[in-house]
Parts: sequence; structure tokens; C-alpha cells
Amino acid sequence: MLRRSESGLAGRWHADCVTRRMSAPLPFPEDRGGPAQPLLRLNGLKKHFPIRGGMFGATVATVRAVDGVSFAVRKGETLGIVGESGCGKSTTARLLMRLMDPDAGEMVFDGEGVGQDSQTGGIALKDYRRQVQMVFQDSYASLNPRLPIEDSIAFAPKVHGVSGPEARQRARELLAAVGLSPAQFARRYPHELSGGQRQRVNIARALALQPRLVLLDEPVSALDKSVEAQVLNLLMDLKEKFGLTYVFISHDLNVVQYISDRVLVMYLGQVAEQGPVDAIYDRPAHPYTQALLASRPSMDPTKRRTEPPLTGDPPNPINPPSGCRFRTRCPYAEAVCAERAPVAADLGAGHEAACHMALPGSGHSKAGRLAA
Amino acid sequence: MSEILERPVVTTAAASPLITMRDVHVRFVTRDRTVHAVNGVDLDLAAGEVLCILGESGSGKSVTMRALMKLLPRTAKVSGRIEVAGRDVTAMSEGELQDFRGSDVAMIFQEPMTALDPVFTIGRQIAETVQRHEGLSRAAAMARALELLELVQIPSARRRLEAYPHELSGGLRQRAMIAVALACKPKLLLADEPTTALDATVQIQVLLLLRKLQEQLGMGVVFVTHDLGVAGEIADRVAVMYAGRVVEEGPVGALMTGPLHPYPRGLLGATVHGGMRGQRLTTIPGAPPSLETVPVGCPFAPRCTEAEEVCTVGEIAPRRPVPGRMARCVHVPAE
Ligand SMILES: Nc1ncnc2c1ncn2[C@@H]1O[C@H](COP(=O)(O)OP(=O)(O)OP(=O)(O)O)[C@@H](O)[C@H]1O
Ligand SMILES: Nc1ncnc2c1ncn2[C@@H]1O[C@H](COP(=O)(O)OP(=O)(O)O)[C@@H](O)[C@H]1O
Ligand code: SF4
Ligand SMILES: [Mg+2]
Ligand SMILES: [Mg+2]
Repeated sequence: MLRRSESGLAGRWHADCVTRRMSAPLPFPEDRGGPAQPLLRLNGLKKHFPIRGGMFGATVATVRAVDGVSFAVRKGETLGIVGESGCGKSTTARLLMRLMDPDAGEMVFDGEGVGQDSQTGGIALKDYRRQVQMVFQDSYASLNPRLPIEDSIAFAPKVHGVSGPEARQRARELLAAVGLSPAQFARRYPHELSGGQRQRVNIARALALQPRLVLLDEPVSALDKSVEAQVLNLLMDLKEKFGLTYVFISHDLNVVQYISDRVLVMYLGQVAEQGPVDAIYDRPAHPYTQALLASRPSMDPTKRRTEPPLTGDPPNPINPPSGCRFRTRCPYAEAVCAERAPVAADLGAGHEAACHMALPGSGHSKAGRLAA
Repeated sequence: MSEILERPVVTTAAASPLITMRDVHVRFVTRDRTVHAVNGVDLDLAAGEVLCILGESGSGKSVTMRALMKLLPRTAKVSGRIEVAGRDVTAMSEGELQDFRGSDVAMIFQEPMTALDPVFTIGRQIAETVQRHEGLSRAAAMARALELLELVQIPSARRRLEAYPHELSGGLRQRAMIAVALACKPKLLLADEPTTALDATVQIQVLLLLRKLQEQLGMGVVFVTHDLGVAGEIADRVAVMYAGRVVEEGPVGALMTGPLHPYPRGLLGATVHGGMRGQRLTTIPGAPPSLETVPVGCPFAPRCTEAEEVCTVGEIAPRRPVPGRMARCVHVPAE
């Protein structure tokens, strides 16, 4: 069994298993590059879906679901991804999980190229997939309705060679860790649980392979507020307990602000802005981020406004606008915005915005004023 | 200015109540089980007023709304008094209901495709509604359809008359559904989570549009939502439902800043908003009761940290500590 530094990830799992007498049937995942190396880095990721039609099924159009996305996930952080529906959040998550292959771009996991030969410094897909797990929005569809929940949780470890009794023992410990008493719940079927309880089972299942990175795609969006708070508290506890790294996808800006260390804002398949959570929420630089934040309904009826921050719906990712994709809704758009796509401007401390106004010398009349 | 905008604005004080619901119960009875969905609801709405019904999934919001329009399936057993615009809804015949729905009362939903017919153009659907209820000529009805699309701020409205529902984006489809609902200038608009499925930047557009139309047309609105922010943005008054009962009701500002009943208090504490980073969220333990039996006493008692024995014995009578506010909790002073 691998035992790295006690303070590292393997150490945390190990310490936890010792103190809580939890079994660890699989080898602990190993921290390679140390804390400064991002856990996951994406460069220029693209995924286009062809739309076929006509008599011979020819490609008649292309959905540019993810179109040149680059970001890094740091070890131990929670990276929030926000954006409106169709902007490519779930496609990004499925690419991260390697449920599908990207058309272009590279993924590097703790210094190793994902899907590359280990002789050239890569990590095989099979090993990568074990370390990255996912929780989906629809708590029901992602569980096998014919299996008692402890068997669902034990399923993947058994595939990875853990013995039946050991896998079931671990499943029961995980149920307890997500706040479901094993005696009461282990033999229940998914339909015998509430939405919040099922989402706890999904979280337990995601942890069964001792992953390092957990992708949460709208994990609380289908839950009621009182249950959402329970699950968010649980996610915070588990992250601490098991030394996890989260990518948390949501359209709920308040939840993302609450849970994230850094935030990435997507618009039509691209990154509009990213940075530390306080920078994004207190000093948003991209006009889209500003509008998105200003669109949040206010719980205070004395603060009602009369004009919406933006008009119109997000355009279709089949024929995105030229240049900056936000220009058709942007109140500051100028000629340069239609001519050239803005590159990400560095605003310091990891804060980046892809807007001509943030790029000194871009040709936009307000260029450079945003850069600090 | 279009004719539809010239409707005199009703002054709330003088007008008779638009909705009176008293002790309304709805049970769904099937061979296997009975669901007690609504258990003694009283609601009032004045003309030109916006009431939000706030509550979690399964609390009975949609069933209450459907009871108002007599839109419940045959398995539903309804009792109590339901009056809309001075008419007894429970006694209406099928023919009277047809006339009532669409002219006096209109309804909009979360999913616009449930209200729009996919095989007809938007213009035709609005025109036919108008023709059916008001007997206008086809040309006059089409002119009204155009006016309505402009009223709900659909860009290039003339061109959109010819569009089929699936050709519109989510936000435009929602606006088209609102246009159909407003076609006959209803006195009362029932809105069941009409913005829940919309994106943030589109949701606020539709909310502000609804608020504006409500003011221009002087409509009464009942707006169902589970989102406190949506209520904060649109409501005059809020009724909080739990397990088929209204546990608290009051003006939106007062209720949001100082809820009286422990359930809305817990809900506000559990709702994530800005400035909560690093704090542990307060939660409401447990889950709402199964409605296979009628909850005895306060339905929130099993989850309530302040519950006492009296909470679980008999019905908790409404308390009105200040005018306009009501809560069903033994800890709230009766006067
Ligand atoms: N046709 C029906 N037959 C049987 N039970 C029903 C029927 N319609 C609703 N119910 C039950 O009545 C209760 C109240 O349902 P209702 O649809 O009013 O909830 P809601 O507050 O609108 O919830 P949501 O926020 O999920 O829309 C639930 O327990 C529901 O399962
Ligand atoms: N398998 C697919 N085939 C075709 N289009 C797809 C497929 N998956 C996603 N898309 C499209 O790609 C875009 C991004 O989708 P998605 O990643 O699901 O967005 P989000 O999760 O942000 O709502 C959308 O326009 C969606 O319709
Ligand atoms: S690049 Fe131009 S269009 Fe895009 S966000 Fe900036 S100002 Fe607006
Ligand atoms: Mg998605
Ligand atoms: Mg409902």
C-alpha cells in the first residue's frame, strides 16, 4: 500500500481511515507534483457536435459546445463553473471525465498527459478515470433502480478487484460518512429515498474509488433549499475529511459564491472570465459577468429595479457571433468586438477576462481602463 | 397606445376581492393510497394585488392553483369554498368553466410547451383565443395578436406572428405564452413557476415584464415559486406553504426580514446568499412529512427545534399579532 507524506492526499485518506477505522481497499492515490502543480490543467479544449441532415446524413451544421477552453484546477480547491444553459458546462464536465474524447486540446493530470503512453509521461485513461469521479444533477437516473444502494456503491470497487465483503463494508462506511445510517438505508432501493438522500448516495458512490478530483454537475439544483443546505454542508465536510478537490458546476451564482475558491464564467462554449471568487463577485471585469451578477433576483423588495441588465436570450452555439461572442448582447460592443475575438487579459492574481476593454491597445475606446 | 393598455387601473381598496378560499382541502384518492395534498387553505387576493405562494416541492402550491381553476383530475376530492371574482368555482358547469378560463382567469406554466400548441403559429393561437372569447373578426383578432406580441416585448413581432413555438428561444416562448394568457385581458393571472426554467439573465427580464404588465393591466396575480429571490422581486404579499397548509402569510418585506413561523425562518437561514462564505449553513433537519395521512397539529413540528407538546395535538389556529400578518405557530402571540 502506498503511503506518501502524511500531510499529502494519501496521508489524509490514510489518517482518516485509521482514526475513523475506515477500510481502504484500494491503494491510496499518489500525489506526484506536490502542492504547486495543478491537479488538472486543460489547454485549448474543443468539442464540436455535428448536426446531420439531408438525404445522405451529411453534416449540415456544427454545435460548438466547447470551443477553446483553458483552465487549471489547483490541488485542494473548489473551482466553480457558472454560465447559462447551453454554454458548455456539462460538455466540459463530460470531457473532464473522459466520458467523451475532445476534438482538440490537451489535459494534464498532476503533470501527466491524460490518455498518453506512460513511457512518454502520460497516465492511462483507466487510471485517470479512477481518480476523477462525477456526481450528476439527476440523482435518480444515475443509480441502478434494481440494486440496493449499498450494492450500487460497492459496484465500482468490485470491478477494480476489491472483494465483495470488503467492498460492501466500505460502502456502509461511506453511507455513514454521508449521513445515512447503514442499518436503516443500506438495503433500500433508489425509489425508496428522497431526492436529497439519493444525492447523498451518489456522493458516497463517487467517493468509493477514493478519487482525488470530484466533478459536481449541478449537484443541488434539483433539491429544495432546506435540503440543499444539508448537502452543501456535507460536501464541505467531505472535502476536508478526504482532502478532495472539487469542480462545482452550477447556474446558481449564490451557491457558487458560497462554495468556490475560484470561479470560471462560461459564455457560448468559451471562458469569459476566471479568477478568485472575491475578484469575480466584487470586481467583475467582463460585461457578461457583470450582467449575470446583476440579474440575480434580490430578496429585498426595497431594492427592486425596473430595467433588466441584458436583453434577449443567449445566441445559439451553432452559429456563434464573430469576434467576441458576447457582442450581440454587450452594451459596450464596438467595431473591434466584431472583428477580433478578445484573448484573455491578465488582471493580476489569477484574474483573467476575455474582453477588449480589458486589453490595453486592443482598439476599444475603453481599452485598458479595467486593468489595474 | 394600444387598447389593451387603456384598461382603467383598478384601485385595490374599493374593489371586491378577486379570490376567496376558505378551508380548502384536496385529497387524491386512488386504489393504493390517498394523498392529502391541501389541508385547509385560506387565501385572499384583492384586485390588482400580487401574491406569491412560496414553498418546497410537494407542499401543495400547484394543487392549490389548479383548484382555483378547477383544473384537477377526477381523482381529486375538493372541499371548501373557492370564489373567484365573486363566482363560486366549485359550482361551475363545464361550459361555464370554458368561458371562465381564458377570459376571467388565465394561467401560465413553467414549461411553455404545455400551454402552446406545436402545430399552430403563435399568431394563430392568440387570434383564435381572442375570437373564441370575444367574437372578433379574423383580421381584428390578428391585429390584437400583433399588439399582444409587442406588449410582451417580443422583438420583430410582426415576423414572429408566423413562427411556430419550436422556432422560438426559451425566453421568447415564455413571452409568447404570456401573450396567449393575456389575450382576453384576464382579471386574474395564475403563474406556476413561469421563470424557474429560464436562465438568470432571461428570468429577470420575464419577471420585470410580468410586474410591468400586472401594473399596466391592473391584474391580480398569484405567482407560485420556491425561490425567495423571485418573491422578493415580484410579490406584494407572500403565503408560505408547508405540507398542504399556509403556515405564514404577510407583506413581502416584513415576512422576508422577520418571519414569524419557524419554517420560513429556517428556510431563510438555509438559503444561500452573498456574504455567507465560510459560514456553516443552518439546515432544517429531516424532510417534509409524507402526506398519506393528514398531519395532526403543526405539520412542521417533527422538524421544529421549538416544538412543544401542544404543537402536535390539535389544529393550530391562525395568529394575527399585527394587522396583515398571520402565522400558525403556538409561539406567536394571538393578538
Ligand atoms: N394527480 C395527482 N395524483 C396524486 N397525487 C398528486 C397529484 N398531483 C399532486 N399530487 C400530490 O400532491 C402533493 C402536492 O403537489 P403539488 O404539485 O401541489 O406540489 P408543489 O408544491 O407544486 O411542488 P413543486 O414545487 O414540486 O411543483 C404532492 O404530494 C403530490 O405528489
Ligand atoms: N451529444 C450532443 N449532440 C449535439 N449537441 C450537444 C450534445 N451535447 C451537448 N450539445 C449542445 O452543446 C451545447 C452545450 O451543452 P451543455 O454542455 O450541456 O451545456 P450546459 O451544461 O452549460 O447547459 C448546447 O447547445 C447543447 O445543446
Ligand atoms: S470584447 Fe467587446 S463585445 Fe466583448 S465583452 Fe468586451 S466590449 Fe463587449
Ligand atoms: Mg448542464
Ligand atoms: Mg408545482
